[in-house]
Amino acid sequence: MRDTADLANMKDAVMAAIIDLAEENKDVCMLEADLMTCLGSTGFKKKFPERFYNCGIAEANMVGVAAGLSSMGFVPFADSFGVFSSRRVYDQFFLSVNYAKQRVHLIGTDPGVVAQVNGGTHMPFEDIALMRQIPDLIILDPSDAQSCYELIRQAYESGHSSYIRAGRRGVTHRYPVGTKIELGKGIELATGKDVAIIAEGETMVNEAVKALDILKAKGIDATLVDMHTIKPLDTELVEKVAARCGRVLVCENGRYAGGLGEGIAAHLAKTNPVKMDFVCVGEKFGEVGNLAYLIKAFNLSAEDIAAKAEALAK
Amino acid sequence: MLDLQTVEMLEKKAKEIRISTIHEIAHLGKGHIGGAMSIVEILTYLYYHEMRINPKNPKMEGRDRFVCSKGHAGPSVYATLADKGYFPADWLLTLNKGGTNLPSHCDMTKTPGVDFTTGSLGQGASAAAGIALGQKIKGEDSYTYLIVGDGESQEGQVWEMAEFASTHKLGNLIAFTDFNRMQLDGYTKDVINMDNIDTRWLGFNWHVQRINGHDFEQLDYAVQQAKAAKDRPSMIICDTVKSRGYLPGVGVVANHSMAVSEDDEKKAVQALEGGAV
Repeated sequence: MRDTADLANMKDAVMAAIIDLAEENKDVCMLEADLMTCLGSTGFKKKFPERFYNCGIAEANMVGVAAGLSSMGFVPFADSFGVFSSRRVYDQFFLSVNYAKQRVHLIGTDPGVVAQVNGGTHMPFEDIALMRQIPDLIILDPSDAQSCYELIRQAYESGHSSYIRAGRRGVTHRYPVGTKIELGKGIELATGKDVAIIAEGETMVNEAVKALDILKAKGIDATLVDMHTIKPLDTELVEKVAARCGRVLVCENGRYAGGLGEGIAAHLAKTNPVKMDFVCVGEKFGEVGNLAYLIKAFNLSAEDIAAKAEALAK
Repeated sequence: MLDLQTVEMLEKKAKEIRISTIHEIAHLGKGHIGGAMSIVEILTYLYYHEMRINPKNPKMEGRDRFVCSKGHAGPSVYATLADKGYFPADWLLTLNKGGTNLPSHCDMTKTPGVDFTTGSLGQGASAAAGIALGQKIKGEDSYTYLIVGDGESQEGQVWEMAEFASTHKLGNLIAFTDFNRMQLDGYTKDVINMDNIDTRWLGFNWHVQRINGHDFEQLDYAVQQAKAAKDRPSMIICDTVKSRGYLPGVGVVANHSMAVSEDDEKKAVQALEGGAV
């Protein structure tokens, strides 16, 4: 098990996982679409030049080539910015990879507001909703370096295809090496009784952790779940925290329609309808700005989370 | 060069595949007959003369692979695979029926012998490039054969693949364009003109040849030339006739997918047996 504590960026955790997998498994290969220096796959190219191919600015072909390589027994990792890994190649990933039962791991970097200064054109709010439509696909949005590393390895071992959301610059170190991190099993970071906050991804889990302090000062005892695996959804944990708190707030760095919140709401509607609310992006396109600005502009901040959680808890 | 005996064998097989294809589609009552019939000689040449395959072991390591990117030509692919023994011939009469292993568009998860799933035009081209790349990485001496339609070549993904395959020198990728000059809405010249197809592929640095796609000797010559061009992928542009061998469809704009009645079937089969085509 590798300790990721010394890694400075989420992209380093992503690449550490892929490179370690490639060391251990000859079937791992990597495809790029002219963003080699952005994710840092240069390291993979240096180590395994015979298993690295830059497809240029042609993402649809990249995903198709990945599908063909998979049919030859390879397990390709491919990456681009999240907008291109989802919207731009959706039909290729849907049909040539998933419908054809091939095995490709597609990384969408800069999820949601993390796209920051690349702006609205590069800001995927809808990728979760799109990917949730694909049967048997794993969707990950890890909240720190260690879980990112572990979950990518587990996605490879699962035999399924996956879509992996991950930031690039900077990274949170939340889980020490050795923490039990299991694909498909959310992690309870706090086990309060008044309201259950379920958050996905680094940005929202970080904001939710800050929100816990605000709530605590107001005497509100909240549960917090890091739902790093969006699909398959950890329904057991969702039911458990809903039963415990009777109120659920879902926080996601993405659009409401088709997102994690809708998924959890649909599940609880069948099993245990409770009061719910959502911190997420509504009917808005992305815009340019730094992370702090965008978190506020899209009402994704710790204060927004705390306010909605408090209202639910009353 | 093919000897006379081989040419006669291939011509006989092509006729049988055409008859099977008509039976498949007539049994259902309608189907993609035009584009299925125009590629029959290419399929016959590949499966009965050229490709290293083993119908008893459809997933044999080191085999040559075939991708029909114009996935709607499934019926003639299935007729070929059935005759080769990949699956029982009576499956052919289940085409497009609920629960079938022979869906309208080629599906590798359902049909033994289908090397890649196609149906969303353009996508099979990239998959074929990925397969050819995989063969190269593995050090295989095998080839990937690909058929794209002329209408299909209006898809941008085909050209993304073209630049990728030549950049990576995929000399083991041998593609055919089924240049039948027609697409669903009419003649290509009236929808999107594809007449300069040769120079387009040349521009992408492919090895390019143009032949009569219904002539086995020309197919053989072109494929051997393509194999000799090891430093680049090959495109063999095949002038073909959409619906060839099914006369009610020849020259008819609606021949992309059309009704085939029992009477049509009987007359068409009689014509083929009588030496038409």
